[in-house]
Amino acid sequence: MSSRERILSAVKKNQPELTELVAYIQPESQEDLLGRFTSVLEGIGGTAIVAQDLAGVKSYLKEMWQGKGRIVSMIPELQELGELAGEADPHNFENVELAIIPAHFAVAENSAVWVTEELLQQRVLPFITQNLAVVVSKARLVATMHHAYDIIGSGDYGFGTFIAGPSKTADIEQSLVLGAHGSKSMTVFLI
Amino acid sequence: MLTAAARIHLREKFLTRRAAITGVNFAIAETGEFVVCTNEGNADMGAHLADVHIACMGIEKLIPQRKHTGIYLRLLARSATGQPVTTYSSHFRRPREGQQLHIVLVDNGRSTQLGREEFRNSLKCIRCGACMNTCPVYRRSGGHSYHTAIAGPIGAILAPNLDMKQYADLPFASTLCGSCSNVCPVKIDIHDQLYKWRQVLMKDGQGGAMKGLSMKAMNFTLSSPGVYRTAGKAGRWFYGTCRLW
Ligand code: SF4
Repeated sequence: MSSRERILSAVKKNQPELTELVAYIQPESQEDLLGRFTSVLEGIGGTAIVAQDLAGVKSYLKEMWQGKGRIVSMIPELQELGELAGEADPHNFENVELAIIPAHFAVAENSAVWVTEELLQQRVLPFITQNLAVVVSKARLVATMHHAYDIIGSGDYGFGTFIAGPSKTADIEQSLVLGAHGSKSMTVFLI
Repeated sequence: MLTAAARIHLREKFLTRRAAITGVNFAIAETGEFVVCTNEGNADMGAHLADVHIACMGIEKLIPQRKHTGIYLRLLARSATGQPVTTYSSHFRRPREGQQLHIVLVDNGRSTQLGREEFRNSLKCIRCGACMNTCPVYRRSGGHSYHTAIAGPIGAILAPNLDMKQYADLPFASTLCGSCSNVCPVKIDIHDQLYKWRQVLMKDGQGGAMKGLSMKAMNFTLSSPGVYRTAGKAGRWFYGTCRLW
């Protein structure tokens, strides 16, 4: 008997009585999503910026980041600011100072943005970069995680992630410090 | 300062290692994907740079459908650190191009615990740590005093399942205040299970001679009013002497 068979047969033997799956409750929401998103993101150490359009994002980022190091931009309209990630070895992104990525949508209750591999080209990009800028449409703001999974539905992806704020840890200094292994800052542009 | 130093030091490790081992917070039966939550980004740095990703999960990490992840992601961070959600909640469904992905499903006593009706509820644990943070014993004694991988109240009800003899002391190291059961987001009856383990352990002869003796002494004291009063006086005399020091 392989260990797999042994475990599965033990699990089968020890099954509790089946219970009904509880009803899945969809919370209602009519609140001010933009205000909520902005204040939650600021609360967790990120920055939210409401911009008119991509041109606004471009001029902001240009002023902040141009000449400060390597920039990778996954948004074609912002190509002037940085190169595309492309098919390179993920280790090549080690020296990226700023990564600019689009997101499918954003969640107001926890200020997370949802991104998948197809938007990133390189899975490691939003983690290995020193600083992260995310662009998402204001119209793609949802209230809660329940609404978020409604949108994700049965969509296919090899890798997808919710990102909420800059990386952080309290494990080392016993108080929360921003900038653990992932990006040290996160700016979300809502257009 | 220290965190910045750790960042620089460990970055070199992430960049030069060929295999990454991560845990798993939730695995979704419906889609075959699994979710890893961190605030640090360590799991993602490891997994996305290495040639081989090995994800290890307890078999109880399985949840039915993808949409249920939303509920657990809300519960986990709120109960762990009070954040609205973990910084990174990464969903892995396929390895990246050219990478190997292995998922190891670990039993380690879980299938046995599943068969113990009184204790199976403990398999609902999402490892948020809320029961530890609220536990008066854990807060004073720290994680190492539990001499097992999972510390705190939840560790004290999981460990005897693995080895009753080795971990017989843990369920007794509690005041049964119930604070753990109060904060548990998945409503595990932790302090009830601590109490139930005591009974199982005593029946199994794991109580130890001292515990038996002190119980007998207590029984003797409490069953005789005269002795009880003398014991009270002795106690007060003892504390009175202490105050003189
Ligand atoms: S037992 Fe409950 S409170 Fe304790 S770690 Fe598990 S889920 Fe959290």
